[in-house]
Amino acid sequence: MAELPQGQDPDFLVGFDQCDDAAVYRLSPHLALVHTLDFFPPMVDDPYLFGQIAAANALSDIWAMGGEPKTALNIVCFPEKMDLDILRRILQGGSTKVLEAGAVLAGGHTIVDVDVKYGLSVTGIVDPERMYTNRGCRVGDLLILTKPLGVGIICAANRVGEASEQAVQQAVKSMATLNKHAAEILRNYPVHACTDVTGFGFLGHLHEMLGGERHAVIFSSEVPAIPEALAYAQEFLITGAAQRNRNYLEQHVQFDSRVEFSMEEVLFDPQTSGGLLVSVPKEAAPELLAELHGRLDLPCAIVGEIVEREAKEIVVL
Amino acid sequence: MKRKLDARGLSCPLPVLEARKALREMEAGQLEVLVDNGIAVQNLEKMAAQLGLDCESSALGEDQYAVLITVGPGSPGAQRGAPSTAPDTVVVLASDEMGAGDPELGRLLMKSFIYTLTELEVPPAKVLLYNSGVKLAVQGSDTLADLLKLAERGVEILACGTCLNYYQLTDQLGVGAVTNMYAILESQMAAGKIVRP
Repeated sequence: MAELPQGQDPDFLVGFDQCDDAAVYRLSPHLALVHTLDFFPPMVDDPYLFGQIAAANALSDIWAMGGEPKTALNIVCFPEKMDLDILRRILQGGSTKVLEAGAVLAGGHTIVDVDVKYGLSVTGIVDPERMYTNRGCRVGDLLILTKPLGVGIICAANRVGEASEQAVQQAVKSMATLNKHAAEILRNYPVHACTDVTGFGFLGHLHEMLGGERHAVIFSSEVPAIPEALAYAQEFLITGAAQRNRNYLEQHVQFDSRVEFSMEEVLFDPQTSGGLLVSVPKEAAPELLAELHGRLDLPCAIVGEIVEREAKEIVVL
Repeated sequence: MKRKLDARGLSCPLPVLEARKALREMEAGQLEVLVDNGIAVQNLEKMAAQLGLDCESSALGEDQYAVLITVGPGSPGAQRGAPSTAPDTVVVLASDEMGAGDPELGRLLMKSFIYTLTELEVPPAKVLLYNSGVKLAVQGSDTLADLLKLAERGVEILACGTCLNYYQLTDQLGVGAVTNMYAILESQMAAGKIVRP
C-alpha cells in the first residue's frame, strides 16, 4: 500500500499511511465521512452467525474512529453451485447487525468465486474534532480492552475438531457483539487513542497505537481471555497467523519470564471482530471500566499502562 | 528409532498437532517432520522448546523443510503436553478443616485433600487460603510440604493478608504470596470452576 500514490487534499484527514482503522474525509469543519471495508471467508460453520460476525467486524472500524455508521454495502463471493439458502442466511445475519448498528443496508455486489467470502463496505460520519485516532496516547494513560482475546485460537481448534461447544459459543458471542455499545460509553470520557483489535492481534494493534513514540507495560494477569484459548494454546493448538504476528513484533516485545507460553500465544492471536483498545487518562479509567462492566456482557479490563521508557516498546509482565 | 511424519500440505495447527501425537507415542528416538512452510517450522520449534526437546530444522528445497525433534529416555518433555495447571480452576481453602464435624477428623481430611491435589495430573491454577485456611501454609504446618510441591508445579498460592495478621502468622507464611480481598474476589469471579473442600 505504501507505494500507492494517495493524492493531495487537505480534507483527506486519515489514510492508509497512518495505519489507522478507517479512512476519514472532511466535508465541513464538524462533519467528515469515515470509510471502511472488510470481508473474509467463514470462520464458523453456521452461515447466519458468519454473517453476523463479518458485519460486526466490518462495522467496528467506524466506532474505533469515534464515528457512527450510516450506510453499508454487502460484498459477497459465492460459488455458483452452492445452495443459495446459505447465501440468504449469511446476508440475513449481516443485515441484523447493520440494523442493530443503526445503519442502513444500502445494497451490495456479488460475484461468483470458488469459496464463500462475505463482508461489508461501511460509511459513517464523525466530527473531525472528536475523532479517535490510533496515535495520541500519553504517558500515564491506562489501556482498556473491551472484549476477551483468544477467538482466533478457538476458531482454529474448532476447524480441527478440538474445541468444546462452550468455547465456540463464547468466541461466537464475543465476535458477534457490536463495539457500538462500548463506543457509546467512550463518548463521555477523554479518549486519547482508540483502535479495534483484529488481525494483528492485541500486541500488533498496541504496537500501531504506540507509533514508535510511546512505551507500554501490559499486565498479562489482567488481560481478559477466553479460558479455553489459553488451555488450547498450551496443547499447541497454535496458528500460523499468530506466528506471523510474533515474527513481525518480536523485536518490540519483551515478556517477563513468568508469562506463560499460552498467554504469549493469546497476545499474538489474530482476532476477528475483537474489542476496542482504548487509551485514557489514569483518573478516568476506573469510572470508565465500571461503566463498561455495568453495560457490557463481555469481560473487559484495564490491561496496561503507557509509560515513560522501557527496555522494549512493549513489556509484558 | 526414527519416525517420519509428512505434514506437507497441512496448515497450522495440524502439523504441530500431528507431531505432538507422534511424540506422545515415542519413548525415545527422533521424529522427523516434513512441512512446506517456514511458519510451520517455527511453530514446531516453539512446541519442542515448550516440551524441553532438542529440535533442529533444515531447508530441503523450495517450500520443503525437515524438522528433527529428539526425544531422550529421560527427556523432560516426552510425556508432558497436558497443561501444567487447569487455567480456570481455583481451589478455595477457607478453613484448616475439611467439612463440618469433628475438628480432628476435619484436619486429617484437609491434609489428605491437599496431598491428593499434588497427585492430580493437572492441578488447579490457584489455591486461595483465607480465615483459618492460612494456617495450612505456615511454617510447622503438616500441609506445608504438599503446598510447596503444588507451588513448584506452577500453582499460584495466595494467602489472605488480613487473616495472617489476625492469627499473627504474617512472618511465618511458608509458601505462596500474601493477597487481599480484591484479588480473592477477582480470582473467584474469573474462575471457571471453584473447588471448596
